[in-house]
This record gives sequence, structure tokens and C-alpha cells, in this order.
Amino acid sequence: MERIPILKMNEFLLVSIQVDMHDRLAMTLQDDLTERIVRDRARGVLIDISSLEVVDSFIGRMIGNIAAMARVLDAETVVVGMRPAVAITLVELGLSLDGVRTSLNVDKGMELLRTALANGDGHHDDDR
Amino acid sequence: MGTRPSSRLVDVIRKHESGILADWVKTQFSILKSTERLSESALRADCERFLPLLRAALQASGDEDIMTPAWDGPRDMLSELSRLRAKAGYTPSETAVFVMSLKQPLFERLRGEIGRDADTLADEVWHTTLLLDRLALFTTEVYQKGRDEIILRQQEEMLELSTPVVQLWDGILALPLIGTLDSARTQVVMENLLQRIVETGAGIAIIDITGVPTVDTLVAQHLLKTVAAARLMGADCIISGIRPQIAQTIVHLGVELSTVVTKATLADAFAIALRKTGASLARGSKS
Repeated sequence: MERIPILKMNEFLLVSIQVDMHDRLAMTLQDDLTERIVRDRARGVLIDISSLEVVDSFIGRMIGNIAAMARVLDAETVVVGMRPAVAITLVELGLSLDGVRTSLNVDKGMELLRTALANGDGHHDDDR
Repeated sequence: MGTRPSSRLVDVIRKHESGILADWVKTQFSILKSTERLSESALRADCERFLPLLRAALQASGDEDIMTPAWDGPRDMLSELSRLRAKAGYTPSETAVFVMSLKQPLFERLRGEIGRDADTLADEVWHTTLLLDRLALFTTEVYQKGRDEIILRQQEEMLELSTPVVQLWDGILALPLIGTLDSARTQVVMENLLQRIVETGAGIAIIDITGVPTVDTLVAQHLLKTVAAARLMGADCIISGIRPQIAQTIVHLGVELSTVVTKATLADAFAIALRKTGASLARGSKS
């Protein structure tokens, strides 16, 4: 069956969506990703959707769900490289993905993850 | 009325062509003279071109249905003329007068030819009127279409003109909005901004609404949509140029702008944007 590869890089997981997303693929990605976050003890997830040209409300909601699930598993999610047309579609669908961090490209996304994790760790230290 | 060949009219036009032409030009010129837009020679040239076309079409088709291929010649010429006059700023009546003023010379010649046979004369006059009215209506239609095209083109140009996206600094874009924001414009504005964000890789976009005359709930919603779309792509938006009056309106309408950074002036927004990108400006000491 078709799967979207998940790459591990230090404490981060990289997901690059290079094919058209369909519902089953999104469900599989959700399963795989939550599995891998736990197994690899990942602290951050970077999802690159720069090749994604078409979204519908389901895929939009899946992206939001994946980010929410990752947060529950104590991993920050950043979605990078969203195309203008996709962004407009999501906004028109009323999905502004409020809980998701976004970034223009992979470089900036990684930087965002690192600073987010650095700040997050600081908070944990304060809590203790 | 049957579709009987107007052979009489064809004969009359052929026989009295120069006379009709002279009268026609004179009538038109006396009407259009006050507008001072047209030279008599240009008008005469147009008429000289049209009359043979009309005669040929009459001869070929023989009826008044001007939408048949036989009438292609006169129709093309009239379209061209109407379009030109629409562009030159003629009024609809000044354009239609080209065909309408042909009535008088034609009726006079018909009367001269047919003489006292009232039935035939009335018949001929009726057919001629029918024909010329149709041609005049066609002229007006084309004229209107020409004007519509001009209006449409100008609207598109205004849309293009009024949505520039400028780069203020490395990673900072500004979008000075001028004029009322409606759905169509918001779409163009949004697309332009997002496209530029992709091209420049800018992390911050300042939307300046100093030039937006009124902000109602719809405009605010459009603005928020643009901000949300930019955020999805990974760029932060700052809305600047909010005038006191508009701030009052926004609060009275209960529009929620708390999710967006707002600043009173573009300068303030720029300062914030610089700080966010990590750049700073310092006043150098003048020596």
C-alpha cells in the first residue's frame, strides 16, 4: 500500500508530502506518525506540503488533527511551504488551523522548531 | 408584411446615389456640427463607403433581415463606426443619427420615383423604415457593447493599479490598500500578497489601510481572511494605518481584531517588523 515516508533527523521527524493526498493516505499518515513519535521519542515534527496542490476540508482537518495529536505526545508540529492557492482554499473553508505553526520553507521551519523546543524546555525547567 | 425584394429601393439608390449622398451628409452635418468632432470630409467618406454596401446587401438579400450573411458588409462597417464613435465619446443619439438621417433623402427620392401611387409609396416607405430602424438599433447595440468593453477594461486596470505589493526591507512586505475592499478585490489582493510572499520569502507583511475609506464587518472579514491565509503560509501580518474614526467603527461593530497585530501608522508597524526580523535601525552621528 502507498505510504508517505517519515524520516528521522535527531529529535525531529520529517514528513514530505510529494503526492496528491487522499483520505486513506491521510489516515495512514496519522497512524504512522503518532506511532513514530512515540517510538523515536521525537520532540518535533516538520510537515512539508510544498508539493501539495489540492486540499479539501478533510485533508485540512487531518493536518490540524495531526498537529493536535503530536502536541498531546509532547512534540511540536510545523507545517511548511503551503502554496497560496492551498492557503486561500483552507481559509475559504473556514479552516485557519489555529493550533498549527507554519513557516515559509524547511529552513525557517527547522529554526522555528528549535526555538520552540528551546523555549518549551525553559518552561519545563521553570515548572519543576 | 412579406419578405418581398425591395427592388424599388435598390433602383432608387442606384439612380440617385450622388443626390442621396449629398443630402444625407448635409443632414448629418447639420446635426453633428454643434459637437465639432467630425470633419465633413471624414463624414462624407464614411457615407460614400456605406451607401454602395447598403445597395449591394439589399440586392443580394432583398429583405430587411439584417442578421443574414448578405448583410455582413453593412453590419461590419456599422460595427466599426459605432466602436470608433463610442471610443471618441459620442452620445448614443449622435451615433445612431448616421443611419437615421438616411431616412429623409431616401423617402424624398422614393416619392419622386413612385409619384401619386399612395399604396406603393406607403409600402416602400414602410419597408425602408423597417430596414433603417433595424440598422440604427444594431448601431446602438454595438455602441453600447463598445462602451461596456471600455468600462470593463478600465475596471480591470484599476484592479491592477490599486494592489501593489512593495518590499520595504529584507523579509518585510507592505501592501498599501487604497479604495473600498469588496470580495473581488480582496481575492486579487490576497493572491498578489501570497504570491509575493512565496517569491520573496518574506516573513512579515504589513497591510496598510490608510487609504481604505470605510471598514465595515465585511471588509474586516476580508482583512482577517487575508491575514489567516498569510499565516497558513508562515508569514505574520500587521495591520497598520487605522484611523481614529475606523478604530471607533471597528469596536462599535464588535469586530474581533485581537488575533492580529494592529498599529496606528505604517512607521510603527515597520519598527515592529524590523524588531521581529532581528534588524535594527540606528541614527548615525553626523560629522
